[in-house]
Parts: sequence; structure tokens; C-alpha cells
Amino acid sequence: MSRRVVVTGMGVVSPNGVGIPAFLDAIQQGKSGIRFVPHYEELRFSCQVAGVPPFDWEMLRDYISEVSFYGLKARGIGYGLVAAIDAWKDAGLSTETEEPIWDTGCIFGNSVADTEAMKNVITRVDNKEAKKLGSRVVEQSMNSGVTSYISGRLGLANSVITNSAACATGTQAILMGYDHIKAGYAKRMLVGSAEYVDTYVFGSFDSMRVLSRKFNDEPEKASRPMSASAGGFVPGSGAGALVIEDLEYALARGAKIYAEILGGSNNSGGQRQGGSMTAPNPAGVTRCIEEAIERSGIDPKHIDAISGHLTATMADRQEIQNWCTALGRSGDDFPYVNSLKSMIGHSLSAAGSIESIAAILQIVHGFVHPNINLEDPNPGISELISTKSLPTKMVKTPINFVAKANFGFGDVNSCLIFSKFDN
Amino acid sequence: MTRTEILEELKKVLNPYTTEKEALANINEETDLIKDLKINSANLVDIIIDAENNYSIEIDYDSADKMTNVGSCIDVISEKMAQ
Repeated sequence: MSRRVVVTGMGVVSPNGVGIPAFLDAIQQGKSGIRFVPHYEELRFSCQVAGVPPFDWEMLRDYISEVSFYGLKARGIGYGLVAAIDAWKDAGLSTETEEPIWDTGCIFGNSVADTEAMKNVITRVDNKEAKKLGSRVVEQSMNSGVTSYISGRLGLANSVITNSAACATGTQAILMGYDHIKAGYAKRMLVGSAEYVDTYVFGSFDSMRVLSRKFNDEPEKASRPMSASAGGFVPGSGAGALVIEDLEYALARGAKIYAEILGGSNNSGGQRQGGSMTAPNPAGVTRCIEEAIERSGIDPKHIDAISGHLTATMADRQEIQNWCTALGRSGDDFPYVNSLKSMIGHSLSAAGSIESIAAILQIVHGFVHPNINLEDPNPGISELISTKSLPTKMVKTPINFVAKANFGFGDVNSCLIFSKFDN
Repeated sequence: MTRTEILEELKKVLNPYTTEKEALANINEETDLIKDLKINSANLVDIIIDAENNYSIEIDYDSADKMTNVGSCIDVISEKMAQ
């Protein structure tokens, strides 16, 4: 089976830009989307900053019917809908159809359903008012709400799957869609992920003391992956969506092609050998990267840039060590590496899809986006790789191959290899 | 409230649940909520909850089951308002 899979449409809701043009400009300029959130101060969170997309809820009226808009409150679903429909239109596809689109499916992930919708359920039920919940609550508190809204809006009728793999969700969704096309089960898949980090999810991470808390008065400096002064991650929200297609199918309809997905790997370190609920087993990570490269049919030395998981925690050094091991490259020989999280924070399930879009834009436009807030590289990292690999300003250079990986709670890993499309 | 007054109020209750605005503007007692206004059957529950809030009434399950067209909605609402 030699089906090739290409990316033909993209849509994004990111803390530093909604829509591909705004997002591209932001990542080239190193624009931060991290803001101080007064509500988090009121809630006495240690971390009071977050990546919040500049998303005007009313814009959703242009995406879905008035009836569907009325009563929709779940922000993650709203983000996912906008990213998905933008990607669909970007791929040159019609948003109106009478017939189910049998050859196209949707794999879109999230980590939890809307917890504010759940809170409404819990409060009303506890108040003996279950009768007043109405018909729209279930669809917004079910985990598959996001795929249900997207596939329903567009008429997608192949496999419709909501995946969930913590921080690896977004890259996993893309890989699952890729595998589905590769196996011949679908011609096209709409893939991606969404996350709305609300106060309940955020509060739980705050309690784990893994969040940034020293830069509440300087929000744009709070997310500092790979730096010596990194002090935890900054939560973010958003969504990323990609339309991916069988190459021949895309060529036959004259679609524009952003990039090719060469292959990837999903695995787990089994929570063994240093792996745990919250830390990845290094052997699992290196194996995941090695498998992704092997399945892509390229040599590790061809990788031009790494879009890391790199959250700005203690795990950053270990992650760079794992990339060195998996690629067999270190020092001056190491490729460029960047973390989009320096600009937008960590949008959990949405991270993998938003970061994949950034990775693909680097291929399309020939640049490496900067790592902001990296004035002081962690010495444990700079002893492994040259600081030339850690751009703090945009580097204009042709990019042919990017490795994009995410590592999630539960010791789950996902790695994708994107390449410039060359027929 | 007269039946005409209830019908005018009912238009406002139904408005968010239908995209058939012309049909809504011209409703009469025979108008069927699902067939004519293309209202999703799940949304009938929301219409009942909205009507309860709007008219300060309580609609039991048996009465709610009868509310399939505009006339039967008015019947139930006026009956409950009289209680």
C-alpha cells in the first residue's frame, strides 16, 4: 500500500491569532498570546496567566445555524467548529451538502467535555431541577460533542471519532486520520483537536504546582520553555484543524497542497523505567521518534527542525536528551528546535494540532519560528546541543522535514514527520 | 391572555428554534412545530421549558406530549394559566 497523504486545508484558533494569516504573522513575529486573567487572581490560583484566544463568540453566528448557535455555550466546541470549518473552506470544499459525504471522516480530540456545562448539570440535579436542563446540555457535556458538531455541520459520514490522549491528543488525531486514509478506508479526513482550559481544569493543574507562577505581572514572559528560568507551564486554549487527503484524490480535484505527512508513531512507555502517570519513559519517547522516522522512510540527518513538546518544566532537558538519542544527533549537528508554547502556552489536547499547523507553515514559508523568552538557555540543554539550534528570532531558511512530537500524561507519545510536498 | 395574545407570545418562544422565519411569521393554530417549522424534536423540550418560564406555569409530561402544533400549545398554556 503506497497511498500518500497530504495536507490540503488548515484552520486555527490560537491565543496569538485566530485564522491562518493572523497566526502565521504572530509566529513569525514571536507574538505572545499570554495574558493576565483577573478571574484567576480572584480564585487565588498561583498561576494567574493563560493563553486565551482573541475569540469573539458572536463570530460563531457566521459558522453555524441560528438554531445551533442558540444555547451553545461550550467554548471548546466553538473553537473546534471555527478551526474545522475554516480548514474545510481553506481546502476549497463546500460547507453546504444535502448528501452525507461518505468518503470523509472526522477525528478530533479533546481532553474533557465542557466542565462548565457539567457544572450546570451537577448544580441543577443537586437542586432537584433536572427537568429544567433542556435538550442542549448532553451534547455539550459529552466528550464527543466537538466531533458531533463538526461532522453534523459539514455532513462528514466516514468514521467520526473523538480521541483523547492528554497532551498527545492533537498529534494522535492527525496520525489516526493518516492511518485511516493510508489503509484505504477514507479518501479524506478532517483531523485536529480542541481545548478550553476553564477554571476547573486549570485549578487542578495549579494544585499540582506544575504551572508558572513567577511572572503573573509579566504575562508575556511567563512561558519559558528550555530556559534556565523556566518555572512551569502556562495553560492555554484553542483548536487546530487540518484537512488531509489521499494524494491522488487531492490532485484529481486540483487541491492546493501544503505539505505531506510522511508517517508517524503512537506509543506508550508503559509507565515503566522512569515513566509514570506524569513523566514519560525515555525509552518510549525515543522509540516513538525512531519509529516515526523509520516509517517515513527518511534518515534522521534529514530532519531540519523539531517542533518539540517542551512545556517549560523540568522535563524539557530530558526531552532534548531523548531527541539527541533518537536522532543520533547532538552539539552542532542538532537540528533547529522550537517550542510554540513559548508564545501560546500549553493548550493541552489542542497543543498537537496547533503546533502541527505551525510546523507545516514553517515548511510552506521557509522559516523557523523563534523561541521567545529564551535569553537564558538551561545549561543542561546547552551542554547537549548548540545554542545555534535554539533560535530566538525567526530564521528564514528552507525547511524540508519537520518532526513534531507531543508527550502526554499517562505516558503516551505521538510523533509525526511532515515534509515539503514534492511530486 | 386571549388566544391571539398567547400566539403572539408563542412566536417569540419558538423563534430561536426555527430557521423557517417566513413560516413562523405566518403561523396559525394548525401550524405543526416539526413539519411546518422544521423544529428538531429534541428542541420541543426546550420550548416547553421556555414556555414554563415565559408564562410562569408548570407543564406536566402528559400535557407536554400534546404540544405538537400551535393550537395545542395554546390549549395547554391557557389551561395551565387558568389553574
